[in-house]
Amino acid sequence: MSGEKLGWKDLEIGAVVTEPGSASAYKTGDWRSERPVRENEKCIKCGICYIYCPEACIHEDEEGYFESDLYYCKGCGICAHECPRDVIKMVEEVEE
Amino acid sequence: MTKGKIVGLEGSFAVAEAVRMVNADVISAYPITPQTHIVERLAEMVADGELDAEFICVESEHSAMSACVGASAAGARVFTCSAGQGLELMHEVLYIPSSMRLPVVAVVANRALSAPLSVWCDHSDAMAIRDIGWIQMFAENNQQAFDLTVCAYRVAEDKEVLFPAMVHLDGFYLSHVIEDMVMPDDKEVTGFIPEYEHPFVLDPERPVSMGCYGPPFIYSETKKAQEVAFENTKSKIQETWKEFGDVFGRHYSPVEKYRMEDARIALLTMGSSGETAMLAVEELREEGKDAGLISLRLWRPFPFKEFRDAVKDVELLVVLDRAISSGMGGPVCSEVKSALYDKRKKPNIVGFIGGLGGRDIPVKGFKYMVNRALEKVKAIERGEEIETEMIGIRE
Ligand code: SF4
Ligand code: SF4
Repeated sequence: MSGEKLGWKDLEIGAVVTEPGSASAYKTGDWRSERPVRENEKCIKCGICYIYCPEACIHEDEEGYFESDLYYCKGCGICAHECPRDVIKMVEEVEE
Repeated sequence: MTKGKIVGLEGSFAVAEAVRMVNADVISAYPITPQTHIVERLAEMVADGELDAEFICVESEHSAMSACVGASAAGARVFTCSAGQGLELMHEVLYIPSSMRLPVVAVVANRALSAPLSVWCDHSDAMAIRDIGWIQMFAENNQQAFDLTVCAYRVAEDKEVLFPAMVHLDGFYLSHVIEDMVMPDDKEVTGFIPEYEHPFVLDPERPVSMGCYGPPFIYSETKKAQEVAFENTKSKIQETWKEFGDVFGRHYSPVEKYRMEDARIALLTMGSSGETAMLAVEELREEGKDAGLISLRLWRPFPFKEFRDAVKDVELLVVLDRAISSGMGGPVCSEVKSALYDKRKKPNIVGFIGGLGGRDIPVKGFKYMVNRALEKVKAIERGEEIETEMIGIRE
């Protein structure tokens, strides 16, 4: 529950949030204007993108490749900049 | 009927007594003239074991208010006080308890703002914090400074209120002047202030997040909720004053009136100058002018209804501002004008600025304002524009 549907009468006094850990519901992916797109053939599975992502939204898949969780990815492009093999391209988001 | 014993006390000590009697848990304040005696007296009370409170020595007013916010969020009854530049340094944090609905109570010994450096009284500090979302009351004498501080706790901590509350008392005129006043019994005051319980406190057993980030999708809703709740505090403030009057025999209302029954000319003041203005009203009456006095006891939330009622038969309203809203005139006068704008029948309103930086306004100053305002009304009737006049200035 991200709170986007809450009306002013639904709020707790002082806008206190009673659900612990609810910050994880916040979709920082909404901020993104470019998304990271990978060409995994070139990837050497070094994990540098994983380490540098400031949002900690990159995960390793079963084959050892890395992918970005677009619910949280802000599109900062750090992963693309740091990747030593040029695997990641930042592609402009377009309205669907 | 007034209960208690008559004592001679300066305003600062009267406030400290109120804070002791309500059993504040946490005091966090930074001394600044003319508020210093309040902090000193409270520090002494804590050191001597007269008051069982945590006294947090902070390095600035910004920290004083921050500590109050934290302590209040933890469920403590808190107190701070400041003045002038100190209040300005606190400014950023003042918005936090009102939006987080924490009933911090603060007293301000009103002081001018620099430059030039002035430790003396005017209302520049109060006017710079009009929009912080606190309940704000103005005391006219030391008795009121005591009574309003007690009432501030009861109102602020009421479950249907939960807003911070501030009592303004004029620096030096009240903070440092010894006046006789009725000091009630400790027990009477303690009995008037119920146990404080906030629906949400910092508690590891029941974790909540306070003062969260509010993105555009929710910020406006939080402000709407805050504003509606703030407007609703007015009836509770009046109810509390009524109950206070029933117990202690002193009655307060948002807009205090003096000789207003048949008045066509009304002076409007806030704070200690009201008592001088009363003498001016008496002299004006002797001269055949049907004058009266309105004092705003409650400043926030603004008492629109009571104010409009008070001036409904008034033809000339003369407003004193002890502060300047640079480029705009007097802040109180501007607000009073806007409060009456929608009324079909409204008085001529003439504003004056005076009493800046500790300059006294004697009785003849108030009489000058009324007589000058009558001349200005003639100018208004001739279609001329009038400006806010600063009184008592040497050419
Ligand atoms: S673009 Fe930024 S936020 Fe998105 S995955 Fe790459 S490093 Fe993380
Ligand atoms: S930094 Fe580039 S090469 Fe290294 S794991 Fe990430 S995508 Fe693959």
